[in-house]
Amino acid sequence: MKGKIHSYFAGGTVDGPGIRYVIFVKGCPLRCKYCHNPDTWTQEGALEEDVISIASKALKYKNYFGTKGGITVTGGEPLVQIDFLIELFKELKKENIHCAIDTSGIIFDRSNKMIMDKMDELMKYTDLVLLDIKHIDDEEHIKLTGKSNKNVLDFARYLDEKKIKVWIRHVLIPSITLNDEYLCKTKAFIDTLSNVEKVEILPYHTMGKTKYEQLGIKYPLEGIEPPTKEEVIHAKKMLGVIKDVT
Amino acid sequence: MMYKGWEGFNLGKWSNDEVNVRDFIQRNYTPYDGDDSFLEGPTEATKKLWDIILDLSKKEREAGGVLKADTEIVSTITSHAPGYLDKDLEKIVGLQTDEPFKRSLQPFGGIKMATQAAEMYGYQVSDEVKTIFTKYRKTHNDGVFDAYTPEMRLARTAHILTGLPDTYGRGRIVGDYRRLALYGVDYLIRHKELDKSLIDGEMFPDKVRDREEIAEQIKALKALKEMAASYGFDISEPAKTAQEAIQALYFGYLAAVKDQNGAAMSIGRNSTFLDIYIERDLRKGLITEKEAQELIDHFIMKLRIVKFMRIQSYNELFSGDPTWVTETIGGMGVDGRSLVTKNSFRVLHTLVNLGPAPEPNLTVLWSKNLPENFKKFCARISIETSSIQYESDDLMRPDMGDDYCIACCVSSMRQGKDMQFFGARANLAKCLLYAINGGADIVTMDKKTGKPLQVSPKFAPITSNEPLNYDEVIEKYTTMMEWLAGLYVNTLNLIHYMHDKYAYEAIEMALHDSKVTRYFATGIAGLSCAVDSLSAIKYAKVTPIRNEFGLVVDYKTEGDFPKYGNNDDRVDEIAVWLVKTFMNMIKKHYTYRESIPTMSILTITSNVVYGKKTGNTPDGRRAGEPLAPGANPMHGRDTNGALASLESVAKLPFDYSRDGISNTFSITPESLGKDED
Repeated sequence: MKGKIHSYFAGGTVDGPGIRYVIFVKGCPLRCKYCHNPDTWTQEGALEEDVISIASKALKYKNYFGTKGGITVTGGEPLVQIDFLIELFKELKKENIHCAIDTSGIIFDRSNKMIMDKMDELMKYTDLVLLDIKHIDDEEHIKLTGKSNKNVLDFARYLDEKKIKVWIRHVLIPSITLNDEYLCKTKAFIDTLSNVEKVEILPYHTMGKTKYEQLGIKYPLEGIEPPTKEEVIHAKKMLGVIKDVT
Repeated sequence: MMYKGWEGFNLGKWSNDEVNVRDFIQRNYTPYDGDDSFLEGPTEATKKLWDIILDLSKKEREAGGVLKADTEIVSTITSHAPGYLDKDLEKIVGLQTDEPFKRSLQPFGGIKMATQAAEMYGYQVSDEVKTIFTKYRKTHNDGVFDAYTPEMRLARTAHILTGLPDTYGRGRIVGDYRRLALYGVDYLIRHKELDKSLIDGEMFPDKVRDREEIAEQIKALKALKEMAASYGFDISEPAKTAQEAIQALYFGYLAAVKDQNGAAMSIGRNSTFLDIYIERDLRKGLITEKEAQELIDHFIMKLRIVKFMRIQSYNELFSGDPTWVTETIGGMGVDGRSLVTKNSFRVLHTLVNLGPAPEPNLTVLWSKNLPENFKKFCARISIETSSIQYESDDLMRPDMGDDYCIACCVSSMRQGKDMQFFGARANLAKCLLYAINGGADIVTMDKKTGKPLQVSPKFAPITSNEPLNYDEVIEKYTTMMEWLAGLYVNTLNLIHYMHDKYAYEAIEMALHDSKVTRYFATGIAGLSCAVDSLSAIKYAKVTPIRNEFGLVVDYKTEGDFPKYGNNDDRVDEIAVWLVKTFMNMIKKHYTYRESIPTMSILTITSNVVYGKKTGNTPDGRRAGEPLAPGANPMHGRDTNGALASLESVAKLPFDYSRDGISNTFSITPESLGKDED
């Protein structure tokens, strides 16, 4: 079984707990306007690499993982390559490696038995899901990503049922998600879940811009500045990431 | 013999007519695994003194880098009257000259250099001094140039060997300044006299030299006593208090910097040693914690204002005006106890009390077994000040024991037992270009003929215009490295002979055992560039491009190749091979005074200057572009994450690079984690 890979990063510390080996896969059905990895949208030019070979690459760093660290598959959208994920995680679980997926959950679909069987199988080997809730409002979600958020929210509920640990990630973009009403709704949704270990606010940044230029794609969020420190703190308070001390 | 200064200490081998500081420490120190809550802030005196220094530093910057320079008095241990920042406030006294920030005149390494350095800042060395040092007193620099062979001079001009200590003090020698506090000068003189008397029998040149050197050491110790006396201190006997101990130790160091303008003037491993004195005073109720911290603050303050007169190109080479006053802190004992004491905390706490500073270069010997509280404290001070250097005690302790210190940035030496002859780097990236062109230098022109300078003997170059053949290149490279290693060692042999003869470090060596282990420290530059170039030749297609002289001046590189820094064995193995091969070549040669050859890969800043002298390389690097520092991967080529990059470097064999491997590694805080949790 081969994965379609964009790149590897040994020593990631921001995508899950501890020190991690991060695997970036290629291919994503969403086209989020703020995406900072547009070079992972298509599977064109992907590095095709075998599960065994990828696992052995990751295992080189086993000593660094300690008790918390492990591997994180991100992208792109990892769940697009769910068969590959199952095989890779199975292989890594032989060595008791902590396995995390960074996903939008967009391909989740309860009505599709084939997908659900695979999901159930994958979750046997998954320790943590970093779930990106891009937008709580469905219409806005469609505007922002091109697709509805129904499956995303349903995926969150499914993970709750499965008792899979989740870190919710939410990108804070002025004029799009930096909005008290939406933040409030997001918080309300998160509160319905019992499996959320952590909520992370990721301030929107413009570091992906040069990639758009290189790829010859027009930058969709031209003119939108990253949120200020104060705005980030405000949003963190809104989502209950930090307590309001006043 | 029992001294008043030894009261309250556990006696042992160290007090039984031996010089054995380690034994003293082991029998008397108090390991500390508590936290930092006992630490005290700066006193009013500390704040005032530090303000004086800040003010002088500002004036020095405004004056263009040098505030005042001595042009009349040649610096020796006793050359200057006492100098003070503010005599009434200073708990630890002593300056290099009679005024703070006045730089001393140190022409023993070379009068030309001393004159040039003065002139660059608008000063004129007095005619009398110039006359003395040209007519009557020969310098190290004169000695070296009298003896250099034409080939050595060529290699120097072409910068295949760079940074040779032929015009400046070699430095890197760390006296065991603790001996002065523990034993006092008279005890040490007595031991040196005994050592000298044992060098007897037929007077071969080596014996004559050894006797003369010990005589010089004794004179230096006497001069040191005199200098201390001029400040009102008698250091002939063991120190009785912490203040006396720090003062005696500092006087020793001060004597060294008055005597030598060395490239690195490190101070040793003193914190835990001094803790024993502070603990004794605290027990007796002689001082409070506040006063203990004040002593350390004043001591460190003095180390921060050590200054030398140096020429601008020297400062360019080192990106600033470093003195490398390295103080080694912490580490583990061979018996499993940690060597962290309260004073390890106090020394690091100066970064808070006085603010962050690059000097002294506070270096923590890190071990996974260090007390958790100390680790946390170090981490916090690092985050706040970015001013702590860390080195692996676990890596060095098995060979070096638990009383070694760091000279300069990474060289480990057992204090008072080992010294090193340090010097320069061989540029292995440039050497690869020599291999391809048979030793002709494409960036250095012969001034007479206008043609590329032939630096090595004329070895057969690569003549084919087909893509380079890896095996052929390796064969030629090996030959060229053999030549370079031989020339390098020989050049250093000559330089160190002259340094011993004309600029001998008498006071520093007086604070060593008379029978020292000597290391012969060589270094390499351009490792990753050479390795990637070889990888390109092996895995991609590299076609040479020639100039009008038929020399290869550029390369057309087609296809991809594995690059060092990605944890890819295909190329990392080339790096390991290169390090081992060159070190083995170094080892083949005679090294001066039975010194043990070592090698380092640690150009921390000079990689930029070395890069300027290196033509286009097969890895795609353009002529003049910087080489990577130390053992770093080439800039931007390590694309598989921090750990992959570190793993590549970690493959380099420490046994073949005992003098140290450096990897300059910068990360933004955000890439390590999102916030303080």
